[in-house]
Amino acid sequence: MNDKKKLRVATTSLAGCFGCHMSLLDIDERLFPLLDLVEFDRSPLTDIKHCGPCDIGIIEGGICNAENVHVLREFRKNCRILISIGACAVTGGLPAQRNHLDLGSCLTEVYLTEPGLAHGHIPNDPELPLPLDKVHPLHEVVKIDYFIPGCPPSGDAIWKFLTDLIAGKTPELGHGLIKYD
Amino acid sequence: MTDMTDNLETAAHAENLRRVAIDPVSRVEGHGKVTLLLDDNDRVHQVRLHIVEFRGFEKFVQGRPYWEAPVMVQRLCGICPVSHHIAASKAMDMIVGATLTPTAEKVRRLMHYGQILQSHALHFFHLSAPDLLFGFDSDVAKRNIVGVAAQYPEVAKQGVLLRKFGQEVIRVTAGKRVHGTGSIPGGVNKNVSIEERNYLLKDIEQTIAWSRDAVGIARQLFEKNQDFYNSFGRFDTHTLNLVRNDGALDLYHGGLRARDKDGKTLFDHYDYSHYWDVIFEDVKPWSYMKFPFLRSLGAEQGWYRVGPLTRVTQCDFIPTPLAEAQRKEFLAFDGGSATGATLGFHWARMIEMLHAAEVIRDLLHDPDLQGTELVSRGERQARGVGVIEAPRGTLIHHYKVDDNDQIVRCNLIVSTTHNNQAMNEAIRSVARQYLDGKKLTEGLLNHVEVAIRAFDPC
Ligand code: SF4
Repeated sequence: MNDKKKLRVATTSLAGCFGCHMSLLDIDERLFPLLDLVEFDRSPLTDIKHCGPCDIGIIEGGICNAENVHVLREFRKNCRILISIGACAVTGGLPAQRNHLDLGSCLTEVYLTEPGLAHGHIPNDPELPLPLDKVHPLHEVVKIDYFIPGCPPSGDAIWKFLTDLIAGKTPELGHGLIKYD
Repeated sequence: MTDMTDNLETAAHAENLRRVAIDPVSRVEGHGKVTLLLDDNDRVHQVRLHIVEFRGFEKFVQGRPYWEAPVMVQRLCGICPVSHHIAASKAMDMIVGATLTPTAEKVRRLMHYGQILQSHALHFFHLSAPDLLFGFDSDVAKRNIVGVAAQYPEVAKQGVLLRKFGQEVIRVTAGKRVHGTGSIPGGVNKNVSIEERNYLLKDIEQTIAWSRDAVGIARQLFEKNQDFYNSFGRFDTHTLNLVRNDGALDLYHGGLRARDKDGKTLFDHYDYSHYWDVIFEDVKPWSYMKFPFLRSLGAEQGWYRVGPLTRVTQCDFIPTPLAEAQRKEFLAFDGGSATGATLGFHWARMIEMLHAAEVIRDLLHDPDLQGTELVSRGERQARGVGVIEAPRGTLIHHYKVDDNDQIVRCNLIVSTTHNNQAMNEAIRSVARQYLDGKKLTEGLLNHVEVAIRAFDPC
């Protein structure tokens, strides 16, 4: 086996919907040749809970709470190349629609005044990470090496990007692979 | 086994206890962690599944035009976007007063069953198979889809191709695989062409055959580990699901059926457009996910379980022959014991995947898919409620729209939320069975995650 030469890849979803991870799996059966080239560190697909030293880190979702900041920094510290994937990571995406609203009133409406509630109460246990008052894109917190736009970018775009990167080339997404939906 | 009278939700003296966290819960889609509180003798006093993310979709969707909801709200979940896409569309059908044309309903059904197939395949093969095939305390480095691909390449390949087929059904009907746009208030924006139909028909028989094999794998797991599988994380629960008029399993439309722990029917064929008369929600300080309950039974006793295990055991029959035959075997297995087992979720899920494949085949042969009447309109309403059975269970979307076509109120009860208390009960059951009084290892902690994964939370 040539395990030694495999690139180590970590992925995570912060304030995202896992749709970008679904697109990663939308490379379909190309997953198997990919597995000859890379191995996974922390990812929703493995049981590794903390990111260790990696060649490539892929993050979907923006930053909506204190825990997200923590995980993002852990990735930045450990990944040689950090990729911000999808609209949420690149711009904050749909979750950032709450940025023009007051966080307190969002919480109040969802947990206190919604009529279908028996006992309203805003969750406040110390186990819950503190929500930030705004949702931020990743590059406002750490340096990002590459951005892949789209909601989500297609499996083909992710495949092209990763295979370029693994081959040591500057990734290029031509016409049809770059989308801003 | 334990002298604790406590239900493990809240320890009496938390300050004296040691905290152990499983953070994040992995091989699930969604943002969760588990905390355990233990004493000096490793006795477990508290177990909680926390959903740690607040998103506020219900709030920021307000002020948007109603027709945006089906494309916007699906961004809650990238695994089952079609569920939100369609549930929101059904609510907006009510807003625009539409009765769907046969073409519109069938294209939506095709999209939805494509999604059931891809989501169930993903869950079984990519996420849960490592536990089921290697063992709950197997080597953590191998316990993932990569390990499955190395040791069972054929199984891994089938999983990947089953998911691919479901994704292709979605692409054809919704325009793209993740976050498509095919379903709109009052109908759909495209039909299925003959070429598209033929493209999907090419692989449908293989898809059905592999889905049958997958049911076989789930069944064999039970046969091989009968007592363990039956008892693992077991708990008694009420149930909630949609059923068709004649009691059949129907994942796109129906009335609500609730049964209590003893199988007594609490309500049946209930019109979901006023669901709030039977379902309420509670909030607990330690999770951003709410705790729904049946109003007639109250917040303490009224929690219930939704999803494949509930649907397959609580419907009167499955209206496709291969899946119905498998359902009967499932119900009969070991005197019915698997139907109440937490791991029975996997078996039921595979039966549903087979059913979805059969439904897709039948729909593909239906010429209504090529119809050209795609959208209808009727008398405009102010309130819309859309409910479907998503891959993970009953999904409720509820909107109010004002005269300016703006959404002014939104309430969403997503499938995993219905299972919130049930998941907590399952992991407490596992903690009592396997963790209490033991030195905790990674493998033992994975037992807790195995119970959560059975529900396929997202
Ligand atoms: S960019 Fe789109 S697909 Fe990706 S996490 Fe955000 S909402 Fe989901």
